[in-house]
Amino acid sequence: MGRYVARRLLQMIPVFLGSTLLVFAMMYALPGDPVRALAGEQTVDPAQIAAMKKDLGLDLPLWHQYWNYLTGLFQGDFGTQIASGRPVADIISEAFPITVRLTLFAFAFTVLVGISIGVFAGLKADTLRDRALLVLTLLLISVPSFVLGFLGQYFFAFQLGWVDPNVSVEASWDELFLPAVVLGSLSLAYVARLTRTSVAENLRSDYMRTAVAKGLPRRRIIGVHLMRNSMIPVVTFLGTDLGALMGGAVVTEGIFNIKGVGYNIFDALRHREGATVVGIVTLIVVVYLVTSLLVDLLYAVLDPRIRYA
Amino acid sequence: MTIIDNTTADVPSGPLLEVRDLHVEFHTRDGVAKAVNGVNYSVSAGETLAVLGESGSGKSVTAQAVMGILDMPPGRIPRGEIFFRGQDMLKMSNEERRLIRGQKIAMIFQDALSSLNPVLSVGYQLGEMFRVHLGLSKKEAKARSIELMDRVRIPAARERVNDYPHQFSGGMRQRIMIAMALALEPDLIIADEPTTALDVTVQAQVMDLLAELQREYHMGLILITHDLGVVADVADKIAVMYAGRIVETAPVHELYKRPAHPYTRGLLDSIPRLDQKGQELYAIKGLPPNLTRIPAGCAFNPRCPAAQDICRTEIPALLSVTERDGTELPGRGSACHFWKETIHG
Repeated sequence: MGRYVARRLLQMIPVFLGSTLLVFAMMYALPGDPVRALAGEQTVDPAQIAAMKKDLGLDLPLWHQYWNYLTGLFQGDFGTQIASGRPVADIISEAFPITVRLTLFAFAFTVLVGISIGVFAGLKADTLRDRALLVLTLLLISVPSFVLGFLGQYFFAFQLGWVDPNVSVEASWDELFLPAVVLGSLSLAYVARLTRTSVAENLRSDYMRTAVAKGLPRRRIIGVHLMRNSMIPVVTFLGTDLGALMGGAVVTEGIFNIKGVGYNIFDALRHREGATVVGIVTLIVVVYLVTSLLVDLLYAVLDPRIRYA
Repeated sequence: MTIIDNTTADVPSGPLLEVRDLHVEFHTRDGVAKAVNGVNYSVSAGETLAVLGESGSGKSVTAQAVMGILDMPPGRIPRGEIFFRGQDMLKMSNEERRLIRGQKIAMIFQDALSSLNPVLSVGYQLGEMFRVHLGLSKKEAKARSIELMDRVRIPAARERVNDYPHQFSGGMRQRIMIAMALALEPDLIIADEPTTALDVTVQAQVMDLLAELQREYHMGLILITHDLGVVADVADKIAVMYAGRIVETAPVHELYKRPAHPYTRGLLDSIPRLDQKGQELYAIKGLPPNLTRIPAGCAFNPRCPAAQDICRTEIPALLSVTERDGTELPGRGSACHFWKETIHG
């Protein structure tokens, strides 16, 4: 087990290097550069631009720029935004908690509602209520989240006036409710379907028949025997989904004007702020890797037939 | 929680379990499958009834109806009574039946690997019986589980109590199933093909253990099987089922000596024997009937070598079988129009 965890942690090093290099190279390949973006529509003396680029090290070849970035990173320096002059570390530490909050909120919503719907449908597979819930999830899967976001805004903010269409800078929990529901709806549909299938399948299994034959009360048969087995595939999905939710937050944050990671990434992309994009993406990659490791470990707890050596 | 009184003082005499005219049908896409069509049998304390039949004969479905674990729907019990200690279980509430399951009537299933929960330790699954039904603490339940595992002779029970089903061999797993059925010392155990999934050498060990425990606790045992060899040593009486009916009943050794139904004869003749080495093995021709379209008359008539016109029109009743001179043969019955010709040749 310890060796397995160590191996997985070591595997993160090449993934980390690879993903930073990839994002770095893509930023490099994009037309335009941060200095020109700084100038906007105005015409600036090319000599001045060249001087600024030399100052910032942007005239160096890709491998050299990447090397500079990495050495900075290992000294705890995420780089500096060219336009604002603020350290990227500051931007991240400001934006990350907001996105984490939004993601966790959406995740909790997905888990609670998705699993409940799935169990509810799966226990009565192929009945009217099962079919109705399947159609509902299909709807959620087919409607893109930005459509759902705008619809939510239209009804709950503009028509009913229950919420503000925009989330304030503090991004408090109650403000994040609607964005979290929008962000989590796609995952919710997948979780509900996965749970439903898993529950319906396990319901027919021999050990469930044994549990009934043992004279156990129904809540115990469902709560202990059925759920422990049915949750195994769902937990696997949820682990990878946590990372996907963070990525999906980019769109949702845009709709609700939340100043989180997504907003900053989008902003940095527009201004070709390489250091900001690479820093944030790398952090998301690390979060993704850590959660998937945690899920794999949890998987072994749920299913004793799996042992890591 | 109340603990159900386990004494037998106020129990009416008579059989422990009596199934009367039981019918079970399943509503499927192809129509109504009539799985059980009027089965009668009874088991007393300390007695072993073997129910013999091919797959689809209704032997397992009958047992599931007794146990109350039929899937309803699609299953349905349109007619019949199942008396346990004189009370019709089909008239009981779900909760009353639940309290009988596990405590009074327990069941052992065929495939212990799939019948045990793969993600819970065997100690948990055994201990659950004590915790749920007797309200024991986790610690007490564990101690009792270890005792039980010792009882069914699982070596190193104390070390293995926290292991999971997949960590045991097939024979050991079936012992755990037996231990689980035995946990609350039920009055009746239903064993549905308990040795089919096991190696031949292990089969005998498990069967011996089951028979031994049955004697020790003076339980009734219903042994469902398609294997004539398993039955011979442990059963007291046999009921042979075909297409949802009992076609022959007999004390175990009588059945082997003198079958009174052509189907039973066919089954006995299809057992490979050493003294017939080199000859072609007998097989009953044809296939068991589709339960949505059971043939008119005797269900066995299309496969029967001795079928006459009456067999295709009239369902034979299960009648008692007598000697040539009319002497009653206790416990014997046959549902064949020509049982006399079959038994007396």
